[in-house]
Amino acid sequence: MKILVPCKRVPDPDQKLRLNAEATDVDSTALTYILNPFDAIAVEEALCIRETTHPDAEIIAVSVAPAEGEDDLRTALAMGADRALLVEHDAQLDSWNVARLLAAVVEREQPALVIMGKQAVDDDANQTGQFLAVQLGWSQATFASQVEFTETGLRVHRETDLGIEIIHVSLPAVVTADLRLNEPRYASLPSILKAKKKPTEYTTAEELGVKPEPRVRLLSMELVHSQRNCEMVTSARELILKLRETEVIKG
Amino acid sequence: MKTLVLMEHDGSALRSGNGAAIGFARELSDDVCGFLLGEDLDAMNCEAAKFAPVITVDDPALADPVADRWAQVIAEVARARGAERIVATSTTWAKDIVTRAAGLLGGAMASDVIGHEVIDGELRLRRPMFAGAVHATLTLEGLPQIITVCASAYEAPEPAATPFAIEPVVANVTELPGSTQLEEVEGKVGARPDVTEARIVVSGGRAFNTSQDFEQLVGGLADTLDAATGSSRALVDAGIVPNSLQVGQTGKVVAPELYLALGISGAVQHLAGMKNSRVIAAINQDPDAPIFEFSDFGLAGDVYEEVPRLIAELNGS
Repeated sequence: MKILVPCKRVPDPDQKLRLNAEATDVDSTALTYILNPFDAIAVEEALCIRETTHPDAEIIAVSVAPAEGEDDLRTALAMGADRALLVEHDAQLDSWNVARLLAAVVEREQPALVIMGKQAVDDDANQTGQFLAVQLGWSQATFASQVEFTETGLRVHRETDLGIEIIHVSLPAVVTADLRLNEPRYASLPSILKAKKKPTEYTTAEELGVKPEPRVRLLSMELVHSQRNCEMVTSARELILKLRETEVIKG
Repeated sequence: MKTLVLMEHDGSALRSGNGAAIGFARELSDDVCGFLLGEDLDAMNCEAAKFAPVITVDDPALADPVADRWAQVIAEVARARGAERIVATSTTWAKDIVTRAAGLLGGAMASDVIGHEVIDGELRLRRPMFAGAVHATLTLEGLPQIITVCASAYEAPEPAATPFAIEPVVANVTELPGSTQLEEVEGKVGARPDVTEARIVVSGGRAFNTSQDFEQLVGGLADTLDAATGSSRALVDAGIVPNSLQVGQTGKVVAPELYLALGISGAVQHLAGMKNSRVIAAINQDPDAPIFEFSDFGLAGDVYEEVPRLIAELNGS
């Protein structure tokens, strides 16, 4: 069985952001990048599947990114993915077009399962997995917190606003990973070295036969700053008094 | 512009957040219709008809909110009606089902919208990115536009004195996909209001060491205030609270009248979920914690000491 794990390159969330001069994007020159944390969870889940129920599984990490995206694919390879595929693309792409590129990769690789993060922590769109599933005509199981194989497909626990929802989907399917699905492993030094020998293929949108058709046009960005001035109080009693004065607490 | 507002429900009642989607849709168009799918919808149709004309697909084949089936019906009805804009309030339901429907309708979608303006007839939408550290302004290419809005960003309209019409619609349910089945829903336990719907949210962070402590202190204070409980991601990761309580970039976005942040440092991921609350008060042992920058009132102290004092003070003892 093949498992495809889309891996997005995102700015490390623990750094201060600046915008470019035109305020159309973040200023990428000073940023360090990481594998989207939710995609790391997806890689881990694929590894768990190989280590438990499907020892024959082949795990393919795929990224749509500029050439530097290879670094983040190395992370997935060092964790244990078997090989990587980089769709080299420099320009910003919306979720719809990333999904189209991934769908073309799926057509080529024919995996039975795609596991990916529920959202990327840069655009926070939470769309690509669903778009990919619908473009392929596959089932989807979003926001997974538990995945188990059955005779006919997957039983997935989903994290929803109303509680845990348990669904069964037949394969092929797209699963998107939520926070509690697992805790991704850290790559050991030997596995990082070994990852350098693992095969990485390179392709482009053109080679995949996909011409981007924008659905979302990003006009501008602004940084958000706090507008509040915090009034420090010295006791619980004083805090309650202040909250009563602002009438958010009654009585 | 012909607009359909997808109204979410839990099988027995509409969710209160729907009001934001209707409010947003109304600001942009007079041609707004509510749209319900499911089974046994009569009571909910009547409730929805207080706010807009309603079209409804009531069919046993739609008993469970399964993404591939519901998305197909949404897309079919949207096409048949010539809908140019489809709006919903951003929830896990919308992220799952409405996004899939958007995929069937061409993919021109913006999620978690918090503001908008129309310039020269072009709709510009504002949405948070990078855990809310950035607000991006964007436009959508092509029709229909599919837009989900943050529940806290738009006001629900007042119910009309006389209800609007309810129009049942028959959809083709014989050819719906059958590859997904809903087996079980483990609903939330406890009687507290939902964190996205409460007027007051009491939220706990890393300072709480055990589930018992969280329940006694955060839960105790919440019950005193008739509030919902929330938490930072740290407590979810530590297994101290369930994920349904998580407020933040990867959890829920809330904007209550009062947000009480207890022992929460104020990581940008958490701030993304609560910084639009009307009043924010924080208690944290570290007087330099970033949460205070985003608060109206702050108390530097140990939550294990201060929270029991708050409860006692509120109980008048």
